[in-house]
Amino acid sequence: MPKRNDIQKILIIGAGPIIISQACEFDYSGTQACKALKEEGYTVVLINSNPATIMTDPQMADATYIEPITPQVVAQIIEKERPDALLPTLGGQTGLNTAVEVARMGVLERFGVELIGASIESIQKAEDRERFRHAMEKIGLRIPRSGFAKDMETVRTVAEEIGFPIIVRPSFTLGGTGGGVAYNPDDLEVLAKSGLDASLISQVMLEESVLGWKEYELEVMRDRNDNVVIICSIENMDPMGIHTGDSITVAPAQTLTDREYQIMRDASIAIMREIGVDTGGSNVQFAINPQTGEMIVVEMNPRVSRSSALASKATGFPIAKIAAKLAVGYTLDEIKNDITGETQAAFEPTLDYCVVKIPRWAFEKFPETDDYLTTAMKSVGETMAIGRTFKEAFQKGVRSLEIGRHGLGADGKDKIDPLTAGKTEIEQKLTTPNSLRYFYIRDALLSGRSIAAIHEMTRIDPWFLHQINQIVELEKELRTYKGRNLTLDLLRKAKSWGFSDIQLGHLTGRDEETIRSLRKAAGILPVYKLVDTCAAEFRAATPYYYSTYESENEARVTERKKVMILGGGPNRIGQGIEFDYCCVQASFALREEGVESIMVNSNPETVSTDYDTSDKLYFEPLTREDVLHIIETEKPFGVIVQFGGQTPLNLSVPLHKVGVPILGTQPESIDRAEDRKLFQAMLQKLGLKQPANGTAVDTAEAAVIAEKIGYPVIVRPSYVLGGRAMKIVYHRAELENFTRIAIEASPGHPVLIDKFLEDALELDVDAISDGKTTIIGGIMEHIEAAGVHSGDSACVLPPINVAKEMLADITRATKAMAAELKVIGLMNVQYAIKGGQLYVLEVNPRASRTVPFVSKATGIPLAKLATKVMLGRTLQELGFSREVIPAHVSVKEAVLPFDRFPGVDTLLGPEMKSTGEVMGIGADFGAAFAKAQLGARQNLPVAGTVFISVRNEDKAAAKEVAARFRDMGFRIMATRGTSRYLDEHGIENMKINKVSIGRPHVVDAIKNREIQLIINTGTGEEPARDGYLIRRAALKYSIPYATTIAGAGAICEGIAALKNRKLSVKTLQEYHA
Amino acid sequence: MKALLALEDGRTFPCRSFTGPGETSGEVVFNTSMTGYQEVLTDPSYRGQMVTMTYPLIGNYGVNPEDVESERIQVEAFLVREYQDIPSNYRATGTLGEYLQKQGVMGVDEFDTRALTLHIRNTGAMRAVISTQDLDPASLIAKARSAPEMTGQDLVHKVTTAEPYFWEGRKVPLNGNAGRLDQQIWRHRGKRFAVVAFDFGIKYNILRSLAQVGCEILVVPAGTSAETVKALGPDGIFLSNGPGDPEPVTYAVQTIRNLIGYRPIFGICLGNQLLGLALGGRTFKLKFGHRGANQPVKNLRTGRVEITSQNHGFAVDTDSMAGKEIEVTHVNLNDNTFEGFRHRQYPLFAVQYHPEASPGPHDAGYLFDEFATMMKQQPSR
Repeated sequence: MPKRNDIQKILIIGAGPIIISQACEFDYSGTQACKALKEEGYTVVLINSNPATIMTDPQMADATYIEPITPQVVAQIIEKERPDALLPTLGGQTGLNTAVEVARMGVLERFGVELIGASIESIQKAEDRERFRHAMEKIGLRIPRSGFAKDMETVRTVAEEIGFPIIVRPSFTLGGTGGGVAYNPDDLEVLAKSGLDASLISQVMLEESVLGWKEYELEVMRDRNDNVVIICSIENMDPMGIHTGDSITVAPAQTLTDREYQIMRDASIAIMREIGVDTGGSNVQFAINPQTGEMIVVEMNPRVSRSSALASKATGFPIAKIAAKLAVGYTLDEIKNDITGETQAAFEPTLDYCVVKIPRWAFEKFPETDDYLTTAMKSVGETMAIGRTFKEAFQKGVRSLEIGRHGLGADGKDKIDPLTAGKTEIEQKLTTPNSLRYFYIRDALLSGRSIAAIHEMTRIDPWFLHQINQIVELEKELRTYKGRNLTLDLLRKAKSWGFSDIQLGHLTGRDEETIRSLRKAAGILPVYKLVDTCAAEFRAATPYYYSTYESENEARVTERKKVMILGGGPNRIGQGIEFDYCCVQASFALREEGVESIMVNSNPETVSTDYDTSDKLYFEPLTREDVLHIIETEKPFGVIVQFGGQTPLNLSVPLHKVGVPILGTQPESIDRAEDRKLFQAMLQKLGLKQPANGTAVDTAEAAVIAEKIGYPVIVRPSYVLGGRAMKIVYHRAELENFTRIAIEASPGHPVLIDKFLEDALELDVDAISDGKTTIIGGIMEHIEAAGVHSGDSACVLPPINVAKEMLADITRATKAMAAELKVIGLMNVQYAIKGGQLYVLEVNPRASRTVPFVSKATGIPLAKLATKVMLGRTLQELGFSREVIPAHVSVKEAVLPFDRFPGVDTLLGPEMKSTGEVMGIGADFGAAFAKAQLGARQNLPVAGTVFISVRNEDKAAAKEVAARFRDMGFRIMATRGTSRYLDEHGIENMKINKVSIGRPHVVDAIKNREIQLIINTGTGEEPARDGYLIRRAALKYSIPYATTIAGAGAICEGIAALKNRKLSVKTLQEYHA
Repeated sequence: MKALLALEDGRTFPCRSFTGPGETSGEVVFNTSMTGYQEVLTDPSYRGQMVTMTYPLIGNYGVNPEDVESERIQVEAFLVREYQDIPSNYRATGTLGEYLQKQGVMGVDEFDTRALTLHIRNTGAMRAVISTQDLDPASLIAKARSAPEMTGQDLVHKVTTAEPYFWEGRKVPLNGNAGRLDQQIWRHRGKRFAVVAFDFGIKYNILRSLAQVGCEILVVPAGTSAETVKALGPDGIFLSNGPGDPEPVTYAVQTIRNLIGYRPIFGICLGNQLLGLALGGRTFKLKFGHRGANQPVKNLRTGRVEITSQNHGFAVDTDSMAGKEIEVTHVNLNDNTFEGFRHRQYPLFAVQYHPEASPGPHDAGYLFDEFATMMKQQPSR
């Protein structure tokens, strides 16, 4: 069946901001879909609130709406655009839910829009637990027995039917708080009671426990001719009980016989048919009882997912692209397999390598929460590694994680000595799943525990434990060569089992370079093999490589001029999709310039690791060793390190040292901007000011500096991104304590201490320079005052509170620094304004997190231009001659993951905590801000009660805000101090107790839905128990809140915009026409 | 233990034997299925061949007594990237290494199996020798060159059963009236379809699949004559898979020719090729064959795609079947080769791939039902 001609215009809903469980894999899938549909001649309309995505690049779709993804906005767009069809399966759960809601509103029917890819009926059949259960029973499959209860009596009845052990899950709680496993009726009484309390709707779900069962996933595709194929099987190393997003997973499945695998395959196909997914990709999860082989269905997602992104990268089969083509009527046998170019998409990929995915967590960002994994996902990113053995892939995966480790331990960074460590520590860490469990498995093995014992504690399949044991046994053997050279056979074996040179150096008492030389002399070098979907049965047309230690190298090295782009590695807080956006833009720019692009990255979620983004893709860890091997193979003209964030930046000096040509700004300049003393000297030379500061290498020195410049001070390590281990410190004890942490966070580098400019206005500037001319890309004014990390602060472009002269000063200062640092490419500067004085806070001669936002706001593709500049073009040649100051206003708002982390305070500070961002564009600040808030799921109220409780310093400002809310018809509620102040200034308000005073208090009022908006400021200094309880309650009941007065003022303007008129929608193409 | 693999074209691969000392020869082929190594090992169609699995980790789930396709390991040697000595699966009763060793079949690993696969893809399946005793490349290459060629060799007589037997979930020898092959032999006449299955190297799962659609199956040696079959008066005739080149199996071609039109015939794999030859078609050797569980086949009657299990080095030449009163019913989507046909006049059909799977997908299981339907519609009396 050929493609449909009865539809011309298709609307795609994106996934919105990056949040935990919904990351850049949906940019990857959406981008593929946009490309595929445009390729077929369809007009593509796209909505996504996330400006950091490639899919929202204006050339990806015909009409690009960076607007909040709400059913109302989608309805507005449908009314305006009149698409023929809506494709809801590529934008994650957000896309799917929004589409269902839009359909429910009758909008699709009213405007004659056809839902393609999945029907409402099939979506509901898959998502509604009871309907899903019945569907599965109909085809002879089963899901875990479960039931809901709203009281203890029902709990007991339901439990009777299910049988112990039972998982108790409170409905509607944050981050899966509450609940647990009940092994007997006594446990059940306790757990269910507390679960009913924890639930927002006093309901618990009781479910048959399949904890410890083996977990599998199959990625399935179906076309409208009812052809069904399995793209990939995935086996979770971590068994049931840990969210699959938090599990180490392996492709293909390792411990299933063909008989068992085919049963699972048959079941997946039957499920596709029964649920009625007409076309596209789905994901089915199974659990298998390891003792009996009994199989149950855990769930199915009738859409592309994180796992399908992984499966696409693991196999080379582009699931999202094919899903888009199937949605418009093609069948699998009508679509070419791009990888081979000669065979069809109607087949099942086969792997001749092993793929390991390891999640990347960010517990270090949330010290108040326990590093403990459950059925609620907590990881913020993931890395994938490919090897010819599990051992190789696994160790490559660990060193790709950007956690400072170089393999499975034995790298000089092991925290505990397994031989002396307390028995309980290791066992506790094995029994309770956590982000470092695999290191503890090594410890357990080193301390002599048996595989059987470890299996008992972890329920990890013995096959995986045996693989890890082999690594550990080899480590022990390698250790015996301390002070001697390894035999070549052993060296070869160690490399093929994934040991890094750093590990081998550590184990034998040599350094990395010595091991490297030894290897090179003996010719022990990696070869590159192709990911080709077919295990070499057909010739692969696309050069997608991974390294391994074997005999035959398949890298096809060309004679063309080529440039290598180092990507950003796994997403984590502080380093996310923004950098992938820049890397992808760089790749596009290279293509435009006729230069071969070579991408190196280890993040399977990204567009950068799509097989057709660059001319060549090396799916490899971003370490010195791994990158140097590729450079030696490809011999590129230059390497781009300034786009991938801190990961490649950290490699710039080591690579430069061994003579690798770095394109654009040179590592010396990067160093000059990072090194406090050099930087200070430069500012002095240029006559620029920075807050009083000093550097310290120990706590005593830190104390002296702090006394000199006066508290409060900001303490931070050098060479880290995202404000890791950065804090505002108000007194000495705190200073000493924190300095110690900062030194640990960045060993070998001094700690930076700056005067903290309280209540200063902060600005971010992105600029581009070709070495002679520097042009401002955009100036952004932060909405939160200085002290909140720029990644967490909302910002507005162009600035609204900065005088013209000051903007001119900023431009001058930026250009002067660019010239001084010999910037070629991008540069980001952070400024603060206090008392009419401009301070330079930080300069980063590289792409910043705000580059995509600025590009979307101004219509200038900064990263692309920067790439061309790095190749030697001038800005003048490229036609970029002056700063673009748009007539519209753009607001960026951060999206925070607090709902995933029980017990964490939601107060913003200098340590970055947000996972993603949204953009709102409007004619004025109020409209843009309101859209940004909507996009970030802060539902600004247009009526009701505003609760205000602020610290003394903020009272005067709070009064102004209160007055404005009052004028808009809101009631004001305030705690004692604030209330009195407002009373004194004639603002009518209701007084309410702080929690610490007595009931009824503000949290009661929040629970009773008596408060619609919360303004609560506090300092990081006070324990602020009251503030904390208020903020957590706000989070739990989804009540918008501001933790700064500036933020409150912005919300006020946003609400005013919402009250005055309906927000309109407009495409990027229209904005930049 | 150190071993060396030498190909007839002079390429060698140093490797390791995980089954102790030995030396063996055969044609090297690759299989791309990621699961089902035990089924592959025991598939008689692999007789005369050394099989390399493209998936690098093999042995993960051990071996068990159920997942076998014949009574012994059939491959000449088994070549993998990394043998897994400690299996994990609730059905496992032993390791792959022990299993091979017990049956005297060499298993080697620790070499670049992808390089070997690419080499075969580029230059074609070829003869090879593996040895732990003779590690001299020149000597081994010479031995590889003197090994028998696949083309022109009748391997069927090596794997076919010596005596007829009934399949009742296992082999049941004929007792009492052995040699009296007549209509009285059927014990479920009228209740089950009486099927004579020619054993050219039949896989157990074909027998299981036939039984499942209601057949009583008498498995007969490849050399059984048409007269004998007719004396048995079956409801249908099944032509099995088997190893190697169909052309030298002239006796079977002749027999089949005499049976065409007599009763419904269903052929799989070698059975398909023999039927093709019997109808006057030609067969040819594929460069490196189809071996795996992901081969897409289009059913031209329904337009649907089946993901199929395959194992064949020879194929029926589509052009040679022109004008033979047949309808091509199935075609391979990867290379457009001939995957199945049906006679326009006589009740006979065959497929090149393996609807019985094992290992592989169950997409084509419907063909056994079609055989049953055909027998129902063409009552033998």
